[in-house]
Amino acid sequence: MPKTETFILNMGPQHPSTHGVLQVQLELDGENIVHAKPIMGYLHRGIEKLLESRTYVQGVPYTDRLDYVSSMNNNFGFCRVVEELAGIEVPRRAEYIRVIMAEFNRIASHLIFIGTLAIDLGASTGMLYTFRDREDILDLFNLVCGARMTFHYIRIGGVAADVQPEFVAQAYAFLDKVPHFMEEYNQILSGNEIFTRRLKGVSQLSVEESLAYNMTGPNIRAAGLPYDLRKVDGYSVYPEFSFAVPVGKKGDNWDRYQVRFREIFESAKIIRQALDGLPEGEFMAKIPKVLRPPKGEVYSRTESTRGELGFYIVSDGSTKPYRVHIRRPSFVNMQGLDAMCRGMLIGDSVAAFSSIDPLMGEVDC
Amino acid sequence: MHNGILLTAAGWIRDILTFLFGNELLVNILMTLVGIGAIISVILTSAIVFTYAERKVCAFMQVRIGPNRVGGRFGLLQPVADMLKLMSKEDIIPNGCDRVVWSLSPMLLFVPSALIYSFFPFDDGAILADVNVGLFLLLAISSQAVLPFLMGGYASNSKYAMIGGMRTVAQMLSYEAPMAFSLIGVVMLTGSMKMSAIVEAQATHTWFVLLQPIAFVIYLITATAETNRTPFDLVEDESEIVAGPFTEYSGMRWALFFLAEYANLLSISILTTTLFLGGWHGPVLPGAVWFWLKVLVMIFVFMWFRWTFPRTRIDQMLSFSWKVLLPLALVNMLLTGVGIYLYQSLC
Repeated sequence: MPKTETFILNMGPQHPSTHGVLQVQLELDGENIVHAKPIMGYLHRGIEKLLESRTYVQGVPYTDRLDYVSSMNNNFGFCRVVEELAGIEVPRRAEYIRVIMAEFNRIASHLIFIGTLAIDLGASTGMLYTFRDREDILDLFNLVCGARMTFHYIRIGGVAADVQPEFVAQAYAFLDKVPHFMEEYNQILSGNEIFTRRLKGVSQLSVEESLAYNMTGPNIRAAGLPYDLRKVDGYSVYPEFSFAVPVGKKGDNWDRYQVRFREIFESAKIIRQALDGLPEGEFMAKIPKVLRPPKGEVYSRTESTRGELGFYIVSDGSTKPYRVHIRRPSFVNMQGLDAMCRGMLIGDSVAAFSSIDPLMGEVDC
Repeated sequence: MHNGILLTAAGWIRDILTFLFGNELLVNILMTLVGIGAIISVILTSAIVFTYAERKVCAFMQVRIGPNRVGGRFGLLQPVADMLKLMSKEDIIPNGCDRVVWSLSPMLLFVPSALIYSFFPFDDGAILADVNVGLFLLLAISSQAVLPFLMGGYASNSKYAMIGGMRTVAQMLSYEAPMAFSLIGVVMLTGSMKMSAIVEAQATHTWFVLLQPIAFVIYLITATAETNRTPFDLVEDESEIVAGPFTEYSGMRWALFFLAEYANLLSISILTTTLFLGGWHGPVLPGAVWFWLKVLVMIFVFMWFRWTFPRTRIDQMLSFSWKVLLPLALVNMLLTGVGIYLYQSLC
């Protein structure tokens, strides 16, 4: 009898399907995965340390570079914690604009998720469709802040600029289009037998397992736990809007896909309510020229696109934070990768990886 | 009888050669060479046309414009630019590879892909080798394509290539069986494996796509799998194993793989046309025109598959072949047999 043994296959850091520079070491027994080990650090820039060596206001643009496909959510999270630390009251109009931007960015990020999942499963056409529609959201951001990717729009105390009537009109136009393009994705992806078979029943994680791996965001909601910080904490002006928290049943790849798919509709619902009720007033609070928060420490969390995004800041009373720690949802969610891949085939590893939806800028920080 | 365009042209060339040399044996040999040259030029031209067509069709499906810079608004010279790029690329030979096997693989892959063209009836009488067992030989030769893939995968000294090579064997072997069984229905109806006889039978009766719908569907699926195109492109699965057996190849060696892929695409389209869509037969227009029209439609269909479907997984692909397609092909054989018996006893 010939002896068989497992072998190591390196997926990445240069590989067509890893999102960014992640290396996954797959231990393979033929086509079956015995063990999957993510190796990270290729994109480490030391953002926590960078934030500690800059003033609070200078720190905001660095958060853009964390999760660079939903920068607004990072700005939002960082600004909220600094405001809490310094006791700044944000005007209501600014809160509304922040929610609008954060939800638009959530849609944009989920569109990327759908697109990359499709291309990882070989359906390259699906990806082009989602990117086409994401482009409209980027145009909207371009209108309000002049940037398409690293926005630096949400600032400490409010937002950088007020929204114009032109933006509101275009935003409504986009919201009207949402059901149409989602139906298109349904036709080319969700309705496809091969697509559903690749995702259903694959890489299941139960609620207990997801909790044990400390997963948050759509990944744990897919397992069936309606844990959404927008509801649980009710931060900012989220309690004023009515929206549902989509949950899955089994926690497989299909549920992770479906949860994000339905979240796009919920986000659109929130944006529409926020646009309808957009209050008049200031878009920026009066904040001192040099921000010196009092001594103390604060941990504040927001629901970013990928889960619980937490910032922990220790202030020593100077202009710079003494210590910053960022709880990055992508990094924490990556823990589940091994459990999701074990016993699956090579093709499933790509789908599992894609369905966690990690972003290397955030994983490596 | 009225001859087709291709036969008329061949007649002229034969007349010229007879005038020049006079020796009949020599003229026959030269005519065979002319035929081979014609087929090779068909393959090369089609590769050029199809790279452009695939880019445009793909762009059309993906809400893009596609090539629009090189050669005017429609990017007509894009294939030329692609070719020049491939030729000017460095020929990278990986460390620790089995040099002989490695360099043989792309050439050997091209041989069966080109060889099967000798059995295709392009027009009435325009067939290089109209042998009695045409269909059988065709399947036998095209199944040789497994080996070069495995050779390339083994010799590259790369894990991606090795997995790709292994997958090729699993995939091609398991899809050959249902393909052969589905074509038996056609052979039963014709009573011959001669390609020209199959086309003639469709002219006297009707297109076999109507008589053999199950076989047609099975053939379409298996043909997609045999040419390694989406949804069965597990061999060159870019999101998992980068490019499978081709991962380590570059420049013109890679271009040969590429050429073989398009030669295969053309040959499955020609086969579908010949076996199920009535070959060169059709009203009004000349036979060769009908033939190429049908072939182009089939090529569009295969491109449509490629740019619409996601990719299957290896276990799903194999179980689909053995558990669904093969039994279905056998049932189709049975139904065909019963149908022929009933037809003969009733008429």
